[in-house]
Amino acid sequence: MSVAASTAWKNVRQEPGWLARFFDWKPVLVFCCMLPATGLLLVFLTYPLGLGIWLAFTDTMIGRGGAWVGLENFEYLAEDPVFWTAVFYSVFYTAVATVGKFALGLWLALLLNNHLPFKSLLRAIVLLPWITPTVLSAIAFWWIYDPQFSIVSYILVDVLHLRNTYIDFLGSTWPARWSLIAANVWRGIPFVAICLLAGLQTISPSLYEAALLDGATPWQRFTQITVPLLMPILAIVMTFSIIFTFTDFQLVYAITRGGPVNSTHLMATLAFQRGIPGGQLAEGAAIAVSMIPFLIFATLFTYFGMARRKWQQGEGND
Amino acid sequence: MTEASTATADGPEARAALAPELMTWDSKARRVVTLYVPLACFVIILLFPFYWMAVTAFKPNAELYDYKTYNPFWIASPTLDHIRHLLFNTSYPRWLWTTMLVAIASTALSLFASVLAAYAIQRLRFRGSQYVGLAIYLAYLVPPSILFIPLATMVFRLGLFDTPFALILTYPTFLVPFCTWLLIGYFKSIPYELEECALIDGATRLQILTQITLPLAVPGLISAGIFSFTLSWNEFIYALAFIQSSESKTVPVAILTELVSGDVYQWGALMAGSLLGSLPVAIFYSFFVDYYVSSLTGAVKE
Repeated sequence: MSVAASTAWKNVRQEPGWLARFFDWKPVLVFCCMLPATGLLLVFLTYPLGLGIWLAFTDTMIGRGGAWVGLENFEYLAEDPVFWTAVFYSVFYTAVATVGKFALGLWLALLLNNHLPFKSLLRAIVLLPWITPTVLSAIAFWWIYDPQFSIVSYILVDVLHLRNTYIDFLGSTWPARWSLIAANVWRGIPFVAICLLAGLQTISPSLYEAALLDGATPWQRFTQITVPLLMPILAIVMTFSIIFTFTDFQLVYAITRGGPVNSTHLMATLAFQRGIPGGQLAEGAAIAVSMIPFLIFATLFTYFGMARRKWQQGEGND
Repeated sequence: MTEASTATADGPEARAALAPELMTWDSKARRVVTLYVPLACFVIILLFPFYWMAVTAFKPNAELYDYKTYNPFWIASPTLDHIRHLLFNTSYPRWLWTTMLVAIASTALSLFASVLAAYAIQRLRFRGSQYVGLAIYLAYLVPPSILFIPLATMVFRLGLFDTPFALILTYPTFLVPFCTWLLIGYFKSIPYELEECALIDGATRLQILTQITLPLAVPGLISAGIFSFTLSWNEFIYALAFIQSSESKTVPVAILTELVSGDVYQWGALMAGSLLGSLPVAIFYSFFVDYYVSSLTGAVKE
């Protein structure tokens, strides 16, 4: 009986069919596995990227294919003061918002790194601004910045009596610019804080103990231990943050739509306004393409500026 | 900072000389000032817009525009008028449904594509796989603001303009790189020995993927799924550029373009819409917050 069972078992086990063997052949398997992802990315990411660059050198409009016009779009933009305002504000917005986000985010991360009650609840609350749709929180900010019914003005004027008049947040150039930056910082803090908190938690406490024994002040401990060991993660998070702040669209589009008098246009919102409602696809594409050099520069800058220190200190790449 | 430096200026001897209870009081007070007060400020500032959104959504119009007689921070007579208006006088349920559909479909599509890609890159280890991994990572750094104009022309030529498919097919451009990246990290944490055992037992690669690796990678799949869902729920620029008809807009776009009519903003309805639009993501997120945080930080650590 047992002999029969064992022979039967041998018979049951078959060689896999030709189809299974075909799919088990590594080149085919790799090809099939990579096909959906690379297919999607090549068709909807790489090709549009190339197409966008090509469009920038044509005179395409909505509903009309374009012809090659060389640098004409860029020459036109170079004389367009609105474009240069947008470039200036994009750079300014990115620089100020990034500094604000990282200063406050690092502070929040350091606070959260202490022993606290309800730590996970606190972490969940802190991430909320990041998780809710940007446009929807931007609408809340729009309401907060309302000229007549702004709650911030109400607090300053009627509760604290610090001012006599309500602030016109979005009505003139610089207040509108600062208001947008504040909203962006508000939204960016959680992401920075949670990422840096993860970085902080990987730093071994024994380093702090050793520094404490050597008589280091808290400030020295922060600058000599925390900052250098946080640098690799800081570099990654900052690259991300700079790229996505520079190309931000939603906040500005939701709150000011580039107004007052085009003073708060970022390059992305200007590209949208010229490209889609305005119909000048080529011009919009040219504005979008002019973001690329800034992005490459920012990426290289953060990468080499911050990641290089890691090599200088001779740390292993974890 | 000032407190910290004065404490160290005293030196350890001076501090040890203090009476113990004085010292504990001192450190407790310092903890309150340097830790709890700033933390409370952060939490209040981070949560205030949500509170304000909620308060506005339930306030009757009479209170909304009258700060003199009513305290603006509280609601004297809460009302569901704005929400009723939203649900019955606008196409809000329709927008929610479209958004849900688009988010789920694009999440499913990108999870499918990125599981296969991550498995191939991390486990099959073909020649040049790390360069493919790097290329997919770099794809994540290409922002949608650069792509939407050429994509709009493509979508138009493919005849997808104004259909949900335009969004379902374009959202994976930012979801696939992210999910692949996250899943590569997750697959790395699953011991390779398990797969070797299965190979010795004669399992094919596809059997290994479906019966061994995927069941073990469920937490990774969940977090990738949550990320994709929230990212596609929050997406704005593609939805704004590719969708024109009022009914097939997604919630973020519809609130901004359909509810803002003329010069008179219906703030109550706008805030109710924002609140309801944020709620699904917030609820979804609250169930999986631990997966979310760990994958977020894990992905950054990679």
